[in-house]
Amino acid sequence: MSKEKKGIKLDGISKIYIDPKTKKDFYAVNKVSLDIEPGSFVTLLGPSGCGKTTTLRMIAGFESPDEGGIWLGGEKIDELTPDKRDTAMVFQSYALLPHYNIFDNVAYGLKLRKLPKDVIKQKVTDILELVGLTGMEARMTNQLSGGQQQRVALARALVVEPGVLLFDEPLSNLDAKLRVSMRTEIRRIQQKAGITAVYVTHDQSEAMSISDKIIIMNAGKIAQMGTPHEIYYHPVSEFVADFIGDANFLKGKMLRHEGEVDVVEICGREVRVDGTGDRVAVGAETTVVLRPESTVLCDEGILPCEVIVSTFMGAYQLYHVMVGDTKLIIHEYNPKGKKIYNIGDKAGIFFEPNNAHAL
Amino acid sequence: MKKDQSRRLDRKKFFSDPVLVCTVAFLMIAMLLFVLYPLVYLLIDGVLDEQTGRFTTATFQRVLNMTGFRKAFWNTLRAGIITGVLSTVVGLLFAYVDVYVHVRSKFVEKLFNLVSVLPVVSPPFVLSLSMILLFGKQGMVTKYLLGMKDANIYGLWGLVIVQTMTFFPVCYLMLKGLLKNIDPSLEEAARDMGASRMKVFTTVTLPLLLPGLGNAFLVTFIESAADFANAMLIGGNYDTLATTIYLQITGAYDKQGAAAMSVVLLSVTIIMFIIQKYYLESKTAATLTGKATRARMPITDKSVTIPLTTICSLISVFVMVMYIMVFFGGFFKLWGRDYSLSMRHFNNFMLQNGLRNFKDSALLSAIAAPATAIMSMLIAYLVVKKQFKGKGMLELLSMLAMAVPGTVLGIGYIRGFSNGMFRTGFLEGLYGTSAILVIAFVVRSLPTGTRSGISALRQIDKSIEESAIDLGAGSAKVFFTVTLPLIKDSFFSGLVTAFVRSITAISAVILLVTPRWKLVTVQINSMAEKGEWGTACVYASFLIIFVYAIIALMNLFIKHFGTSKYMEG
Repeated sequence: MSKEKKGIKLDGISKIYIDPKTKKDFYAVNKVSLDIEPGSFVTLLGPSGCGKTTTLRMIAGFESPDEGGIWLGGEKIDELTPDKRDTAMVFQSYALLPHYNIFDNVAYGLKLRKLPKDVIKQKVTDILELVGLTGMEARMTNQLSGGQQQRVALARALVVEPGVLLFDEPLSNLDAKLRVSMRTEIRRIQQKAGITAVYVTHDQSEAMSISDKIIIMNAGKIAQMGTPHEIYYHPVSEFVADFIGDANFLKGKMLRHEGEVDVVEICGREVRVDGTGDRVAVGAETTVVLRPESTVLCDEGILPCEVIVSTFMGAYQLYHVMVGDTKLIIHEYNPKGKKIYNIGDKAGIFFEPNNAHAL
Repeated sequence: MKKDQSRRLDRKKFFSDPVLVCTVAFLMIAMLLFVLYPLVYLLIDGVLDEQTGRFTTATFQRVLNMTGFRKAFWNTLRAGIITGVLSTVVGLLFAYVDVYVHVRSKFVEKLFNLVSVLPVVSPPFVLSLSMILLFGKQGMVTKYLLGMKDANIYGLWGLVIVQTMTFFPVCYLMLKGLLKNIDPSLEEAARDMGASRMKVFTTVTLPLLLPGLGNAFLVTFIESAADFANAMLIGGNYDTLATTIYLQITGAYDKQGAAAMSVVLLSVTIIMFIIQKYYLESKTAATLTGKATRARMPITDKSVTIPLTTICSLISVFVMVMYIMVFFGGFFKLWGRDYSLSMRHFNNFMLQNGLRNFKDSALLSAIAAPATAIMSMLIAYLVVKKQFKGKGMLELLSMLAMAVPGTVLGIGYIRGFSNGMFRTGFLEGLYGTSAILVIAFVVRSLPTGTRSGISALRQIDKSIEESAIDLGAGSAKVFFTVTLPLIKDSFFSGLVTAFVRSITAISAVILLVTPRWKLVTVQINSMAEKGEWGTACVYASFLIIFVYAIIALMNLFIKHFGTSKYMEG
């Protein structure tokens, strides 16, 4: 559908803002470099204020970088205004033009490109079919539900066949259920159109489900980039591990490498964890990341613990346990028929070595 | 240092849009030429010796030593302060009754509404006219009801009463907005802790409102100091700066003296304007932000509602009667002497070719109004949505005109353009044409339009325009296909306000008008000066009807083609 898929290259871009309280400069985006493959779906993920939206707005051209440059499909676009960039954005508030009906909203960008009337009509009809809004052409925007408005916003951006599609938290105004179905929809449409997409969100499950590649940002910098799988199972920092899913952290000391597995000393015991290769040196302090769902309770585990919270959540039994001075959260799925530990019980925790990731 | 790159890029982006650059340049030049330059020139004029071209304080010394001028200066301050206080108090009373008190009758509500729009509709001197008809020497009330022989309404009190009636609706609307923003739970909390209603008003409501009251006072003060028409008609011997300046140039032909006096008047209004805009406005915003969380329980206690509603109704009725009086004034043979019905004044009006006056006034206003409306929306758009150097300057200059009395602007144009700019002959052709009248109309109406445009634009989510830009629309395209359609209510009301303000304007144009153009307001003024009250009333009546029809037409138009349909939900 798209004339040409375009890649994006950010070369050390920064944006400096003035803190309104302290009147001091600070880096909203700090030397971010990244290469986005043509046709891929990349998500910028991070807590609010991490610089993800600012980065997106710099790609769109609404903000100018204070350092570095931006390339779109091999062309440097720093000096271009947003209207001259081959990008189209889907806004958080949808930003539909309230004085136009659906057809005119979608046709707006095409009219600006001075296409013949019949071509515009054909394109709008096709794109409305793709997003499932056939027959709604004559409606005004305030006669649509939030999900439908979002589809119009998407159609309007897609129809101009941009080199890159930009999404600024497009689903945050929808209710939880609609959010789940819309993200599947967006992914389907992006795949069908074969278009490069950059997607900003603070919702990690949205990012996990939709992206080819996730870029986690924190305080203006890239904390980690990788596939959803890499980021979930091989976080590079406590921040990333904590931000993506729930995570438990156990402090320990690297004792030795044993090929596939490493041995770490935690609370005076030797614990086998996933091999780090040379990443963590022998003798170094390390933090072991454990996911709540990959840890279980049993009578004799790897590490002894005491149960302080035990709650039935339906799908799983939720435990809070103390291992030494560290509190761990454990989700024991499908608890029916399993032994349930109560508050005050002494137990042990167990996990497979390849589920424990040393930082 | 660090921001160099983004500044360079932003500049590049700005200059890559020629339409935007040209618009900014055009507006800047227009503002500098027709707002800043005449005012600056007045100052230069006052301190430059006409013959030698050297710096001198002689003109100012001469002016400041004139007893007439010194008296006018204090008169202006006195009238301004009294009018300011009275208007604020009456405005507060109306606003309080409107927001806090349960008003039982629909009629009273309607009356409030009407009284708050009437002064906008009416030419500035209508109230003075009816004041004279009712309370003057031949006044209906003074002479016939009270049997007074030598009633004298001319002077400070006549002026102050008329100005208060003209300006209190502005205070009413300002304070009403603020009162609505007070969270009722603040007052309920005070009541709950045992404070009486009066105590709540003096310890909670009033302190919260204080900056707003100051604001209302200063706005009225500026209006009063700038008021020319009423001071002229009803001031009598009580000369104010505005009338003194006018007489100095039309009577004494002392252009330089008038310029120096204008500088003094301008300084007064500008100082007030600066306090109002930069100090009080931010304070008001700081104490009264956000919306009230829920509706207020109106006061139903009869010991409160009856006296307050009665006072307000009386004032409203009085104002209404004053306006209605003007219509009667045109029908009687000789006011105060012979109350037989007559077509004399109407015939007089036709004889003087009065309709031609209307045609001229309407024509010039019809040129000025769209220009004002489009310019004010453009300025608002640039100020709210765009980033460029000199933006603050543009906003300030467009707002500054609010603080410039019409008389001062008129003198500024006379001095600044009569021999061309800086007496070089550049733009010499402008002076004495209808173009300069139109420019004066535009400059005088621009602040109101810009203000309403800015507040309308601030309501619109910036991503709506960004989405259009992102899809490939340039600034001009965005303005005409997105911005303007979304604020068209504001645009149309700006259009009509500009038209009404222009057709009822007098202070600046009376100094600039040439015999070739006959303006209604100027004609009314000269009729009144000659004591031909009846004819003046005929003119004024037609003017009120005409203006009211235009406003009614606009409301109808907005109702059918306005934005309210799609701006909700």
